[in-house]
Amino acid sequence: MSEIQTAAEQLAELIKKQRADYIEAHLDENHVSSISYRGRQLESIGKNTSVGGNVRALVKGGWGFVSFNDLANLKEKVALAVRQARFVGKETSELAEIKPVVDNVQPKIKEDPQKISLHAKKQLLDEYSEAIWSTAGIQTSIIGYGDSHRKTIFLSSAGSFISQERADVTMRVAAVAAKDGQVQQAGLSTGSRDDFKPIRHLHKQVAELAQRSVDILSAPVIKGGQYTVVLDPILAGVFVHEAFGHLSESDFVYENPQLRELMTLGKTFGAPILNIVDSASRPGLRGSFKYDDEGVRSTKTYLIKEGKLVGRLHSRETAARMGEKPTGNARAINYRHAPIVRMTNTCIEPGDCSFEDMIADIKEGVYCKNWYGGTTSMEMFTFSSGEAYMIRNGKIAETLRPVVLTGNVFNTLMNIDAIGNDLDMNQGGGCGKGGQSPLPVSNGSPHIRIKDCLVGGK
Amino acid sequence: MEEILARALKAADEAEVFVTSAIETPVQFETNRLKHIQTKQSRMVTLRVIKNGKTGYATTTRTDDVGELVDNAVATAEFGQKAEFHFPDRKRFPKLEIYDPAIEKVTLEQMKQLGDEMIAAVTEYSPEVLCEAGVTKVICELGILNSRGGKASFRQTVFALGIEGQLIRGTDMLFVGDHASSCSPILDSKAITRTVVEQLRLAKRQATVTTMPMPVIFTPDGVASALILPLMSAFNGKTVLEGASPIGGKLGQKVFDANLTLWDDPFIPDRPGSRPCDDEGVPCQRTALVMKGVVNQFLYDLQTAGRAKTKSTGNGRRGMGGLPSPSINALIVEGGKTSFKDMVKDIKEGLVVEQLMGAGQGNVLGGDFSGNVLLGFKIENGKIVGRVKDTMVSGNVYQLLKDITAIGSDSKWVGGALRTPSLYISNVSVASR
Repeated sequence: MSEIQTAAEQLAELIKKQRADYIEAHLDENHVSSISYRGRQLESIGKNTSVGGNVRALVKGGWGFVSFNDLANLKEKVALAVRQARFVGKETSELAEIKPVVDNVQPKIKEDPQKISLHAKKQLLDEYSEAIWSTAGIQTSIIGYGDSHRKTIFLSSAGSFISQERADVTMRVAAVAAKDGQVQQAGLSTGSRDDFKPIRHLHKQVAELAQRSVDILSAPVIKGGQYTVVLDPILAGVFVHEAFGHLSESDFVYENPQLRELMTLGKTFGAPILNIVDSASRPGLRGSFKYDDEGVRSTKTYLIKEGKLVGRLHSRETAARMGEKPTGNARAINYRHAPIVRMTNTCIEPGDCSFEDMIADIKEGVYCKNWYGGTTSMEMFTFSSGEAYMIRNGKIAETLRPVVLTGNVFNTLMNIDAIGNDLDMNQGGGCGKGGQSPLPVSNGSPHIRIKDCLVGGK
Repeated sequence: MEEILARALKAADEAEVFVTSAIETPVQFETNRLKHIQTKQSRMVTLRVIKNGKTGYATTTRTDDVGELVDNAVATAEFGQKAEFHFPDRKRFPKLEIYDPAIEKVTLEQMKQLGDEMIAAVTEYSPEVLCEAGVTKVICELGILNSRGGKASFRQTVFALGIEGQLIRGTDMLFVGDHASSCSPILDSKAITRTVVEQLRLAKRQATVTTMPMPVIFTPDGVASALILPLMSAFNGKTVLEGASPIGGKLGQKVFDANLTLWDDPFIPDRPGSRPCDDEGVPCQRTALVMKGVVNQFLYDLQTAGRAKTKSTGNGRRGMGGLPSPSINALIVEGGKTSFKDMVKDIKEGLVVEQLMGAGQGNVLGGDFSGNVLLGFKIENGKIVGRVKDTMVSGNVYQLLKDITAIGSDSKWVGGALRTPSLYISNVSVASR
């Protein structure tokens, strides 16, 4: 029996004996391999093992939480969590009802990253490194690869005992070009769930991004201002995650009367062509799972249907306090953190517009592809493209330096006036919230067109 | 540690054991009241080995399985990079005031009271504000032992306070906030809440901005959110070695405004960024990065210094379980003489930037930034007239810092590892709808 299994069984007994409204515990065992390159040089190659757990207790609406990677003295840890919760609690505890579950979920691993030797992984990365360095004008390159195999056990005072396992793979490749004191970069982020295969055969994309980093050195910076923009599926996925997804996380909303008013179900947020969905129950994506970190079965949640707000993402507490059904969106990046409301696999559902039709009537606009990153303050968001091109008279024109887009989520969703027919999911994302980063998520969309989007520039 | 080192040396030529442990106690407030208390205990062991001239490493949180740790480290050494350094032998370290036993005695009641006080002060001024606050204490310990006799260890305490308020009217959202940290308990929260109340006061009215280049004052938080990230990578010896730092070839040249001086200073008492040695057991040092506009020094860890044929500057820092990499300990932007008030007075039409959102997602290496003004104010005829929204500020850090109109006398710590005054720059690109 593994170390965490033994600890979990002890904890299951211990939490029965404590007086609290609710207690849960998480045990976590994680094996990580990582390889990174800076320039032609292998920078680091390493293997990490971590084992740990936590106990979370709820007393009169107050939470106590104790995390540890020393699995001894579990009794004291449970008692401390309860003591802390009791110190906090002054109200009543509310948690949405769920049925206790006992389950052991085995991963469906296709090509297991753990079974591929470090040597073979390194060889593949060497090939990618070579693809970058065979491009003229490259100054340096950065490659980061990591795979993790994580086993978690969740158990609760209500009688749940759930073991789950998953393998997660990520890779980021960036090429840096320099000339006359100017530095530009182009990158690729990708990832995969339970399968090493999507990391292979990226030689062509890697060579292309290397060339792109050189090309954008001589590209002009766009004049700042408002433009009609067309986003490719990757960037539109980042957009839906940043601009809208975070706003639908109920922990921001549930105790905030103004936000609750703003986020009333049934309210119009966009044109009838707009449908946004979050679904951990769709298998094989980086945000997929069977049970969340509160033991709630994953679901498919429509957030926006035909332009109207129809749902939001919940933990058991936010669902109970808002009188809605739990959605299974409570997640923690590891045992050091308590679960909070997070997205899983979020996307804009495809429409019927072709890319050609989408750009046909744009006189002057910007086509933005790929991503560097994005962030949100709920109302305002910014995200940055990895590539940008002018659209002139319905055609893709000159290459630009990558752009940063910003806006107000409410206006911007309303301004989406075309949705493509070419849905694609981006597996390269990692989401950060409340000091928990990066959480494996995926996001996606078809091509979309947004009117009057603010673009930063000269 | 001795046991791990001994076992590692049976399988490798040289070895280093690095152990960190910490107990963190965050007390968290949500929607104006106490909501969570957490206790986080962690311990991590990293083993770095050199075998046949190559480096390998592994980390673990387990204390019982030395064998697996050694096997993993030795296995990765087969593919690891060529070690171009030796572990340091026994060194002398400066004595620093970074551990305050008083932290251990701060009670949960006191921490709760601090949070309640902060929230009361802010909601007294503006009852509709919903606050999140945090009061955290950390006690951590670090130990290093290597096969050349090098040995280092220290303890550090950190106390941190912060509050963020949001005010929502219709679809309009305002975010305000401030924070402070120290190695000793901070039992007075008034400085923080004064700042937040001032932000709320200035944001009462809204102002509009036209799209054009204009003078901008970056407050200390504004400097942190807009300008610092590119500099962190540019002074990293590794970026320099790769030729990817825009200032890499410019040692001894004047690249910045003649009034700009930057230090990496790990010796300031009571600061969370201060430490006697880095994560490789090399003594820390005070380093002038920029002296009156002239690029003076880059930052190195052992391996990068070895490759660059120079010496470690005591800046080898490890992320969670990684290999060391050059990193700033505490960046100090030297203060100037101009008061914030006088800067505002000098501007006919311009902006004050307190928080820029998303500035770090562009071409950081090249120094480009572009972000949305999350908290910022319009200046008209020498006065702050209101808060701006839907506004982007863009530029290139190297171009902006070449010509600084004035450096503030209002230096402030932003987080644990940056101290900076306000910077007034005359010609910054601003776009608005």
